[in-house]
Amino acid sequence: MSLSTEKKKEMFWVMLLSRRLDERAWVLHRQGKIAFHISGIGQEAAQVGAVYAIEKGKDWLVPYYRDLAMMIGMGMTPKEFVMSLLGKAQEPTSGARQMPSHFSLRHANVVSHSAPVATQSPHASGIGFGIKMDGKDEVVLTTIGEGSTSQGEWYEAVNFAAIHELPVVFLVENNQYAISVPQEKQMAVKSAADKACGLGLRGIEVDGTQMFEVYDAVKEAVEIARKGEGPSVIEAKMYRLTPHSSDDDDRSYRTREEVEKHKKQDPLIVMKDQLIEQGLMTEEEYQKLEEKAKKVVDEAVEQANQSPYPKGDEAAAPVYAQEVNHD
Amino acid sequence: MTEITMVEAIRQAMDEELARDDRVFIIGEDVGVRGGVFRATQGLFEKYGEERVIDSPLAELTIVGVGVGAALYGKRPICEIQFADFIYPAFNQIVSEASKMYYRSNGQWTVPMVIRAPYGGGIGGGLYHSQSVEAFFTHIPGLKVVIPSNPYDAKGLLKSAVRDPNPVMFFEPKKGYRLIKGEVPENEEYTVPIGPAKITREGQDISLFTYGMMHHYALQAAEMVAEDGIDVEVVDLRTLYPVDRETILKSVQKTSKALIVHEDNLTGGYGAEVAATIAEWGFMNLDAPVRRLAGPDVPAVPFSHPMQEWFMINAEKIANAVRELAAF
Repeated sequence: MSLSTEKKKEMFWVMLLSRRLDERAWVLHRQGKIAFHISGIGQEAAQVGAVYAIEKGKDWLVPYYRDLAMMIGMGMTPKEFVMSLLGKAQEPTSGARQMPSHFSLRHANVVSHSAPVATQSPHASGIGFGIKMDGKDEVVLTTIGEGSTSQGEWYEAVNFAAIHELPVVFLVENNQYAISVPQEKQMAVKSAADKACGLGLRGIEVDGTQMFEVYDAVKEAVEIARKGEGPSVIEAKMYRLTPHSSDDDDRSYRTREEVEKHKKQDPLIVMKDQLIEQGLMTEEEYQKLEEKAKKVVDEAVEQANQSPYPKGDEAAAPVYAQEVNHD
Repeated sequence: MTEITMVEAIRQAMDEELARDDRVFIIGEDVGVRGGVFRATQGLFEKYGEERVIDSPLAELTIVGVGVGAALYGKRPICEIQFADFIYPAFNQIVSEASKMYYRSNGQWTVPMVIRAPYGGGIGGGLYHSQSVEAFFTHIPGLKVVIPSNPYDAKGLLKSAVRDPNPVMFFEPKKGYRLIKGEVPENEEYTVPIGPAKITREGQDISLFTYGMMHHYALQAAEMVAEDGIDVEVVDLRTLYPVDRETILKSVQKTSKALIVHEDNLTGGYGAEVAATIAEWGFMNLDAPVRRLAGPDVPAVPFSHPMQEWFMINAEKIANAVRELAAF
């Protein structure tokens, strides 16, 4: 499927910006300025590839907590993300009620998710069910880590979507670890996509470090879904280049050699080299993007720092939605 | 007014809400062609079609999880859990998701849904077709918990629950489905608001707080002790969460004695909350300790009839508890 050069460069920019933003979050944490960060470093190619395959503002995204690049692709601003890191009142996902990276963006049809894994998957099927009931041609993209596909919630969600041929794309971001537990202790199959055949839907594997390959795979699944021809499971394989979260130390469960090996296949570098090799971007243009990313991130941090914290008693609400007229 | 059963009232409420609002749909096990194992959805599949009365897979988490998603999309799902005992696979979706969605999104997302489940024993259902589960959910801000005791309230409260923008747990006393009959207006639209309790029998001597099936027996018990000259005020709580503290405290102010009756087991049961409410805000009005009559602290209702009857609370047991408290 054809993406214009401009679009490809835009996608690379989202990847790059997300990476620099993510790295800044680690720095802020090590400086003691934020309490927590959960990272998506190493997963940006798949996230940006996937999110560009849906129609923003029309389709639905039910994400999980590593999807920073996906959220930037959906229109969340760097300032908004840094506000969530800092727990600032105006961060748009939860008014700073949730930990950072527990995303939601109502205006972009990005649904709020929680921390117990796989709880979002049935929501994606329910949204797909609503779409089908209304006869709309909207599509739901939902994401999850490979470890979380061990949950019954994921199987039940996929099963329901398959039964009713719902317009849902279940993207599994296989970063090979669930905190410390490797894939082979999560599943006996080689790929989470293999689980699809037991549930009666398409299962597709794709290299999650190749942004445009992920785009193509997700785009195809989206088009199938949009035509009313049912859901797909897509597994994009990549590698989590950071510890699980800012509270984790991955030296206790994987070797530095292993991590270093995967850093050589860092999707950001892979995509940069690819764009340059294909003559779509010059080294000079890339350097300019780096400068721009640094500036954008610096400004985001500065602006987020200036925004106010919520007052303590703002935590008292909102528990119940407004009553509607019962007459 | 016509006299109908509880289950008929519940069916009418769903029928009317399906007709009123095309966002409303029903999802659950055997709710479609079969019309529900208790026949609560009888005829609705034929009337509204498989698009709106949906036979789910045999998976309670699917029923609720898909319901949450559909509610986020703008639908108004009525999720049926076939027996309250089977609600635990959906617990994560109810507690982690439905109840917290509005708060955690700072008001961006609402989950307008109803989760209906028949609860309670005395029907030979054994451990896993008899449970009362309300106390798990009355602990959860963001949920509303409703338990009707009669056909009029069941219909009116269920209609309110469907129209409520929040997730509502709606527990139906299954023993009363056909046993409890009552008058419901014919051809007249009405709702019963979620929130207020109702004094169903005025009295001067003792306040008896209860709900659901036990309310039925409480009224019988009140008549039994009236012969002994004890004048019981029966308060049907109807909505357990958020609770109507005002009505509870006003009643205690009047009678100075409080008995709480529920079928669920005693420890950590809903009665503890009512007792604490009275102790905290009504203490100066009391002239006897607050009493609770509840199911025994065994894991669940046993199957064999003598053991089941040992577990279950009935009018006689309530009358005895009233007499004891009156004599204090």
